[in-house]
Amino acid sequence: MTVLKERAAKPSVLFVDPTALAAVDEQPEFFKDLHLDEILDVILAGYEEYGLRPLFYQPLGDVDAVRYRHEVFRDLQDAGIREAVDAFTAALRDMRNAFAMSEKLSYPQQKQRWFLDAALIYCNAVASLARRFSRMPLGSRGLQALADYLQGYVASPAFTRLARDARSVSDALAGVRYAVHIKGSQVRVQRYAGEPEYSAEVTETFARFQQRTGADYRVTFSESAYMDHVEARIADLVAALYPAEFTALVTFTEVHADFLDPVVAAFDRDIHFYLAYLRHVERLTRGGLPFCYPELSTTSKETVVRGGYDLALAMTRDGEPGAIVGNDFSLDGGERVIVVTGPNSGGKTTFARMFGQVHYLASLGLPVPARAARLFLPDRVFTHFEREEQLATLRGKLDDELVRLRDILAHATARSVIVMNESFSSTALRDARYLGAEILRRVLGLDAIGVYVTFVDELASIDGRIVSMVGIVDPRDPARRTYRFERRPADGRAYALAVAAKYGLTYEQLRRRVAS
Amino acid sequence: MKVFLMHPEQDFDPQAQLPEHADDLIRDLELETLLAAMAGGDDYLLTVARAGVLHPLADPAVIRYRQEILADCLRHPDALRALYHLAAEAVAAEKKIWRTFWKSPDIILHRALEVMGVFLGYIRRLRTLTDTYAEMFSAPGLQRFMRMVGEELSDEYLQRVENHLAELSFRRGVLLSARLGRGNKGEDYTLHRYTERSLLQRIASGERRAAGYTFRIPDRDEAGHRALSELRGRGLNVVADALARSADHVLSFFAALRAELGFYLGCVQLAERLASLGCRWSFPDVHQPSARRFHARHLYDVCLALTIGGPVVGNDVDADGKLLVLVTGPNQGGKSTFLRSVGLAQLLMQAGMFVPADALDASVAGGIFTHFKREEDPALRGGKLEEELARMSAIADRVHTGSVVLCNESFSATNEREGSEIAQQVIDAFMDCGVRVFFVTHLYDLARRYSERQDRRVLFLRAERLPDGRRTFRMIVGAPEPTSHAADSYRRIFGL
Repeated sequence: MTVLKERAAKPSVLFVDPTALAAVDEQPEFFKDLHLDEILDVILAGYEEYGLRPLFYQPLGDVDAVRYRHEVFRDLQDAGIREAVDAFTAALRDMRNAFAMSEKLSYPQQKQRWFLDAALIYCNAVASLARRFSRMPLGSRGLQALADYLQGYVASPAFTRLARDARSVSDALAGVRYAVHIKGSQVRVQRYAGEPEYSAEVTETFARFQQRTGADYRVTFSESAYMDHVEARIADLVAALYPAEFTALVTFTEVHADFLDPVVAAFDRDIHFYLAYLRHVERLTRGGLPFCYPELSTTSKETVVRGGYDLALAMTRDGEPGAIVGNDFSLDGGERVIVVTGPNSGGKTTFARMFGQVHYLASLGLPVPARAARLFLPDRVFTHFEREEQLATLRGKLDDELVRLRDILAHATARSVIVMNESFSSTALRDARYLGAEILRRVLGLDAIGVYVTFVDELASIDGRIVSMVGIVDPRDPARRTYRFERRPADGRAYALAVAAKYGLTYEQLRRRVAS
Repeated sequence: MKVFLMHPEQDFDPQAQLPEHADDLIRDLELETLLAAMAGGDDYLLTVARAGVLHPLADPAVIRYRQEILADCLRHPDALRALYHLAAEAVAAEKKIWRTFWKSPDIILHRALEVMGVFLGYIRRLRTLTDTYAEMFSAPGLQRFMRMVGEELSDEYLQRVENHLAELSFRRGVLLSARLGRGNKGEDYTLHRYTERSLLQRIASGERRAAGYTFRIPDRDEAGHRALSELRGRGLNVVADALARSADHVLSFFAALRAELGFYLGCVQLAERLASLGCRWSFPDVHQPSARRFHARHLYDVCLALTIGGPVVGNDVDADGKLLVLVTGPNQGGKSTFLRSVGLAQLLMQAGMFVPADALDASVAGGIFTHFKREEDPALRGGKLEEELARMSAIADRVHTGSVVLCNESFSATNEREGSEIAQQVIDAFMDCGVRVFFVTHLYDLARRYSERQDRRVLFLRAERLPDGRRTFRMIVGAPEPTSHAADSYRRIFGL
């Protein structure tokens, strides 16, 4: 179904102005680091046929474009609207299946009838959606435009005729009843002439022998869509017995060979961008995890996120209560970069991912995994995560990291989001401190916003535009991670003591244990 | 068609899972001896007897229903045997008919036709027998069964069945109708009666033959024949199912008849055995649980009699209204035997059978449980007392008002004071819950606690010991004595 060309002047549920965007087919580099590739795999599972993936590679640079999508999302969260849309997309899936069957089958009686079925399903689905949308208070520009279009379309002569023809041919075929007499290898096909039914009589006679509800001996026949040659032969003879009905069927397939409307087809695909994502939003909100529509700005970098969490982690820990910890963060005034420090395995990387995900998902016009969010709408997202050493580059790991950072800083703008995770962790502490400070100064120089995860505590205090956030441990059991982060000065000593206490090795403990 | 000879409105399933405590009952009451006597060497009858005895009835009316049928059977054992063997033969005949894993309506229909043909012969023979015996039996259950066979399987009906069996071989071919389903494939295949009439007949009635086309599948077109057979199958599916179910139903009717009559045959064989040993039996008077009756004359341990092959000592007991029967007395004085005779009589009564006693008046028990002292089990890990407590705890899970619990030297695995204390806690709780307890014990401390209490709900029995130390194996009413006469055993064994 090649519909993209004609879409320009037609309403789109995805874009205010569909012509302004170029299609991107390649997955952006940072997807892996933010686990967006995994998130997409999960979200799009079962929706492969719609080819939605590239839509997730195209962030919206414009607040109104984002709002346009939020409106559609909100509409779809209304039970009535959602139900109408679900019924429509399910029907169109049936239609495509019927159409595919028609293409695939070889006996003409079958091809034609599957084609007719496809048309019938299509007519009902379109008419029903048009009717239901006309009675619903649609809040989104996207769905309202579609509703208006459908009104005109179902009233058009082309559609009216298609629906009328499909119905009359189908009714005629429903009235056909024929009989087959099988004796040995001889088969006779004839019009059914009211011969008395026999099974019920047999069943009734033997009903007396009812002891307990017993085994069921009915054989289940494979309901394959295909006909064997005997069935096909019989079908041909039935067609010969009922010529009017079958001629009408042939005519229908010729007259309406190209019935699918391009705007309807595009809507059927595009709406799944929303439905696929909503399915997970609803699953996670049922499990107690929040989502929100972020408030976005392209001018203010004042950022507030409450209860943000890593969507990839949440999707894998499906329904596990308390497995997912939400975190708050903010960038006030001139603050631009959060430096995250804290214990190992304390969730620092997860926090960094969350920061990147929230920004990128927001730029796609999606609800984000947080209780509330006010965000800066970035033009691009960059990530710099620790990588396996790449032999092919023939450079050392440090060189490799620096090359990647140089490229990022060359492309990033004041409107970009940069997420850096454990950069320089393989270097000596002195070098890591030096390089980290250099890079942070460059990022601040760009006026980009971002996160910098590090084991070097000092980096959290080199500049007033840096926010220090620290992973906290359970005070009663310091070995237990809470995966919570607080805004406070970095202090690595606390963890060293906590871990020592766990093993009973603090000064006081050792004094008591080593008895005199 | 229902047999309903074991229960006025329920089927009897000899394969039904036995109650959880059945193993304990079998072991403690030495039931295998009794069941073997009922089965007379027949494994099938053994299964049936076990199921019949170990699923006690709780409703006195149902017990009487069985008692009356059993009384008829005892009067006419030949008629019982003739009916039983007919049912067994029918079940065996079905097993001989071919069976295949390949399932198509054609094959299912073929086998069902054959089975029903064979069954029809047995049904006709059953009719002949029931017509002959109808006047002989007076038990309501048997009368109802005879009447049911006569009405449900009337000559007219059997003829109708036979006609269908002939028609279902479809010698003139199979006629189906269908509609156009998805993709114009046929659906709603329906089987029709094919009434091809001659050209003359059709002209006479003014009827025209429906327009139609004929083709033939070539002999070498195997796929075509397979397809045609599947098509036929779609039409035959419903009748094949109906007929195969009917064959199953008739089979299960004969199987049920065999099982239910098998139980009575077992009872008759037991009676014949006891008669040959000179042992007496009688039908008990059955009472509701609330009456708390247990009143017996010459109650004896039927298993012991079967084992030694002759009459054994019986006891007279009047425990009416009692919640606890506390049995004390010397070793080898017949206490365990007495306890077993109580349990066996209760079980047999609740199976609807006669009991080994000259007379018994008893309330039915909602459950019958035994808690007998066990020999040390080397595999036992938790220790003997724990094992006892666990078994008692399992009983406590299932026991309820109106149950009977038979305890034989329970809680003797620990010292007397501890054992008595535990036992008293258990017994008092059971009594206050309306559970009747027969408790054989050496725990003098326990016996003394009850005898001091002057509780009218307690009956004390003591194994009789003559002044010269000899045992009579009789239980006499009497307060516990502070000795179990171990000295007697000691002296006897050491020849002092």
